[in-house]
Amino acid sequence: MSLLELHDVSMVYGSVKALQGIDLTVEKGEWLALMGPSGSGKTTLMNIIGCMDKASTGSIVLDGVDFTDVTAGNLTMLRRDKIGLVFQQFHLIPYLTAVENLMVAQYYHSMPDEQEALLALERVGLKERARHLPSQLSGGEQQRVCIARALINYPMLILADEPTGNLDEANAKIVLEFFQQLHREGHTIIMVTHDPKVAELAERCIVLEHGRIANWKDRRVVCREEEVS
Amino acid sequence: MIKMTKYSMYTKMIWNALLRRRSRMLIALLAVAIGATVVSGLVTIYYDVPRQMGREFRSYGANLLLTPAGDQQVMAQNLVANATALLPSDKLIGIAPYLYDRIKLNEQPFLVAGTHFQAVKKVSPYWQIRGEWPADQSEDIVIGAEVAERLEIEPGQQVTLAAAGSETEKKVKVAGILRTGGSEENFIFLDLSLLQQMLKKEGVISIAQVSITANEAELNTLTQQIGEQVPGVAPRLVKQVTQSEQTVLGKLQALVYLVTIVVLLLTLICVATTMMAVVTERRKEIGLKKALGAENRSIILEFLGEGLALGALGGLLGTILGFFFAQAVSVNVFGRMISFQPLIALLALVVSIAVTGLACLIPVKIATEVEPAIVLRGE
Ligand SMILES: Nc1ncnc2c1ncn2[C@@H]1O[C@H](COP(=O)(O)OP(=O)(O)OP(=O)(O)O)[C@@H](O)[C@H]1O
Ligand SMILES: [Mg+2]
Repeated sequence: MSLLELHDVSMVYGSVKALQGIDLTVEKGEWLALMGPSGSGKTTLMNIIGCMDKASTGSIVLDGVDFTDVTAGNLTMLRRDKIGLVFQQFHLIPYLTAVENLMVAQYYHSMPDEQEALLALERVGLKERARHLPSQLSGGEQQRVCIARALINYPMLILADEPTGNLDEANAKIVLEFFQQLHREGHTIIMVTHDPKVAELAERCIVLEHGRIANWKDRRVVCREEEVS
Repeated sequence: MIKMTKYSMYTKMIWNALLRRRSRMLIALLAVAIGATVVSGLVTIYYDVPRQMGREFRSYGANLLLTPAGDQQVMAQNLVANATALLPSDKLIGIAPYLYDRIKLNEQPFLVAGTHFQAVKKVSPYWQIRGEWPADQSEDIVIGAEVAERLEIEPGQQVTLAAAGSETEKKVKVAGILRTGGSEENFIFLDLSLLQQMLKKEGVISIAQVSITANEAELNTLTQQIGEQVPGVAPRLVKQVTQSEQTVLGKLQALVYLVTIVVLLLTLICVATTMMAVVTERRKEIGLKKALGAENRSIILEFLGEGLALGALGGLLGTILGFFFAQAVSVNVFGRMISFQPLIALLALVVSIAVTGLACLIPVKIATEVEPAIVLRGE
């Protein structure tokens, strides 16, 4: 059974058709890249897969749970238990230290556990910066905290919307190495990116255009925006 | 391994939200503190004013007169004693008996009043004496400023008193000169028993002035009782003072009440505005918390927690400041210290917390409406 199955998913905002008839299957342990021009619906799709928005029509099955008709409360529970999120803007809580930011995620999930949060920071090489506020960390370090936070509750699926979009090349490289390591460890990753070189790291790449899947390339095949345009 | 409980993480989040975002929270804190200061200060004064004003008004003189019944000019002193026995002693400020007549001072006729100077001090605290009050039981006298001016007498001078139609003269010392701004300045005052002796009117007085802390209803009851139970004595209320006293007090309390409500409303608006700004400012944070799986209940608890902590802190600060504020007002206006009222402090604290809680309702509602989807959208 696939980890994620989307059938004929559409999303309509008033007159804007952000997504139309999306069919998509993601296997456990797969790394999928999502590309496409601005406004093509990438973030909209991530929000639907991440249980943060309900699709207008279509069916979605995540880890055997069909959440086409779930209530908002159940959507919150699904998101909490199954999804890890990495953002372009990091979204760390500014008045909490690195380790406290991880503990917040534990707090909403189950129980805060400082030792475990410290271990998670150690994994991303930030043990020494655990007591620093986000404003005292560089962009790359903040993104690593964000990755550690995404992993802290053992999610089924990691969603990353342009995780390297706000980083310089050196920091982007460090962050991408973490994603490669996660992939090797068997994590399932869906990552939005504008950078073909980043998309190359994924096994599969789909390109959205005007809310439809316009093109898709499988493992190790270079996937360029230029190709579709 | 120490596992953190959910509760301690909750308090940690709230504390850090308040402490590490000081500048924003300081404004809300100040609003609550100022509100609590004014409220606790005003409420303290509200309850203290009647007490204070009651005494204050008493310094404007007697509010009950005991006069001879019928068309009698004088009454027996022991009748007055019977009448005053009916008055509640804890509320009685003083009773000053007066015997009025005429007397010659340095061979010139003047109005004279015999009284007890110690009692006068209590009943008519507005009397201003240049020189000194006569000592108890002494034969020293006080003369009104008009008299002193006419005869060019200074405190400490010796004068001669003589009862009309009597040859016996008495040499006495003028201890002080009296200023009241009223008719008292035309009188000569000496000890009651001395005057009674000189005039051979032992045991009688013309009038007794009573100063008592009582409201109008109580005074009416007392007057009625005396009138019924002590024949020969006609009690009369000095009405104007009592009534204006009630009116002024009522107006003052209404004013305090009104100001308190206005201040509470302003505090409410200020805190609500600040919390609204806080929620708007932290939309991303709220979205993130929801994306991490926070339920609305958690978001509500956190913002209410922050608001209530703010209310408690500001309330505490304001209660302390309010006490000093009320103290300053009381010392400057009434010249008296007030005592700390734990009940009022508690009330101010509870009101602060309630007002902040109320002010948080709309902002919290807005916070719960934030969508988690906004964190992915670069708004
Ligand atoms: N809440 C919303 N209300 C109305 N329209 C929306 C909303 N969210 C997205 N849209 C519209 O849906 C379309 C897809 O938006 P989306 O954010 O998914 O694009 P994207 O591919 O992530 O673009 P970008 O690369 O710029 O991030 C856009 O036309 C956008 O204007
Ligand atoms: Mg996007």
